[in-house]
Amino acid sequence: MYAQMVQSEATAEDPEKLAAFQARIDAGEKIEPKDWMPEGYRKTLIRQIGQHAHSEIVGQLPEGNWITRAPTLERKAILLAKVQDEAGHGLYLYCAAETLGVSRDELTEMLLDGRMKYSSIFNYPTLTWADMGAVGWLVDGAAIMNQVPLQRTSYGPYSRAMIRICKEESFHQRQGYSIMMKMAQGTPVQKKMAQDALNRFWYPSLMMFGPSDKDSVHSAQSMKWKIKMNTNDDLRQKFVDQTVPQAEFLGLTVPDETLRWNEDKGGYDFAEPDWSEFFDVIQGNGPCNTERLAARNKAWDDGAWVREGLMAHAAKKRAAKLAAE
Amino acid sequence: MTDQTALFEYLLRLGDNTLVLGHRVSEWCGHAPVLEEDIALANTALDLIGQTQMWLGLAGEVEGSGRSADDLAMHRDVWDFRNLLLVEQPNGDFGQTLMRQCLFDAFHLELLTDLTRASDDRIAAIAAKALKEVTYHLDRSSETVIGLGDGTEESHRRMQAALDLLWPYVGEMFTPDAVDDAMLAAGIAPDLKALRARFDTRIDAILTEATLTKPDSTYAQSGGKTGFRHSEHLGHMLTQMQWLQRAYPGAAW
Repeated sequence: MYAQMVQSEATAEDPEKLAAFQARIDAGEKIEPKDWMPEGYRKTLIRQIGQHAHSEIVGQLPEGNWITRAPTLERKAILLAKVQDEAGHGLYLYCAAETLGVSRDELTEMLLDGRMKYSSIFNYPTLTWADMGAVGWLVDGAAIMNQVPLQRTSYGPYSRAMIRICKEESFHQRQGYSIMMKMAQGTPVQKKMAQDALNRFWYPSLMMFGPSDKDSVHSAQSMKWKIKMNTNDDLRQKFVDQTVPQAEFLGLTVPDETLRWNEDKGGYDFAEPDWSEFFDVIQGNGPCNTERLAARNKAWDDGAWVREGLMAHAAKKRAAKLAAE
Repeated sequence: MTDQTALFEYLLRLGDNTLVLGHRVSEWCGHAPVLEEDIALANTALDLIGQTQMWLGLAGEVEGSGRSADDLAMHRDVWDFRNLLLVEQPNGDFGQTLMRQCLFDAFHLELLTDLTRASDDRIAAIAAKALKEVTYHLDRSSETVIGLGDGTEESHRRMQAALDLLWPYVGEMFTPDAVDDAMLAAGIAPDLKALRARFDTRIDAILTEATLTKPDSTYAQSGGKTGFRHSEHLGHMLTQMQWLQRAYPGAAW
């Protein structure tokens, strides 16, 4: 999963230092944690990596929703492995964010009290088994589209985390597509489930790239810093061009009557998602915003005694070791 | 009981234990107290489901009626399940989940160790693979039980409550019946009395370090591994686990 609508921070530092920093980025050098960096670069990255990490964590929930109902042992094992990967991605990303001077607990607090966001796609419900296919195929597919270029991002720890994450995400997308294949080639009811899942996840997946950013100053700054590598529109176009033939192969219909191949641009023309829905979901009014955040808060609150217990035990052991020395 | 029937029953016990516990642990997904625990719980569940595929796969083969591991998992009702009562107990809080895990892991580790020397090569091979995973499971569950038992006042209280709640389900693991006797005679399963002694040594050491008190009672609930009387909890688990297969018979997934 990934971060959406991250606005880059303005920065007001010594122009000479800024120019030298920009020159390093332009030369393709990686910025490492101990290097000098503009405050705006640091803050934007914290927000972006943190949001990405939160998306991985909240993203466990819609898929976890089906682990106990997976139809076969193999599907259950694959889904468990996938959700475990997501938690692992969250862990690498929090570690990458920590190199910028923020702790995982601070980031968690900001997620739980709503100061930080996670990808809005996880505020949609998973209603049938076909949704496990659609999430892998479309949602992970959209995420990969965004993440592959981020392997080349200027911040070293982020770039290295993305390289590991991308390897696993491509497996996730394939398993999603494999579920869709089974459903699309299955009984009439299974095919109906597959079509229904595509109908519900198509536009929210297009929204994952964010609104058009052609006039956004923030995007321009992030692109200059190589924190953002492509425009939202470019990535969305690429996603549609890749996904439409896959839907055709499945024998499913993309829920967009205006969808047409455009020979001149060498890509599809397609309908924009309803951006008012996108902003509603970001504002907290999506179908599952309340449940998702409540589930994370409950896990954190219910787990407080566990964290405190284990910390207290570790402190006792340290004290005993010191006393013995 | 023929040897073949006893072997089938025995394999169901092995596979149903890992299936039911794997399912229970997977219920935690995304809700653990800390990210590392989410990962570890998913990993444990994944190992157990993998072991289920092997045990139930072999059970189907031994039965010889063409039932696959999935058929056995998804199309039997409560009375045909042969798991221990311990593993079907609800998760409760994190402490209860980890206490259940630790008690089962300590038994499972000793059992698998002996099964690696089973006279049936197929069983020995599965046990050898599972043993590697279960060694890690016990390391982790025992460390957590120790950490929480010897943590804060609250964590200690919760772990003692979990131990008191689950202790009556320990005895069933070591109470032999006709199936266990037949497997012992066939050179497959270990002597459960000897296993109990090794289990006690392990568990006593863990509980001592965790500053927890082993309950005095030796009363043991029973009825899980024979299938005679499961708890009410198992049926609810099956309604979830088997729902898709039951609602859409004949579909491939």
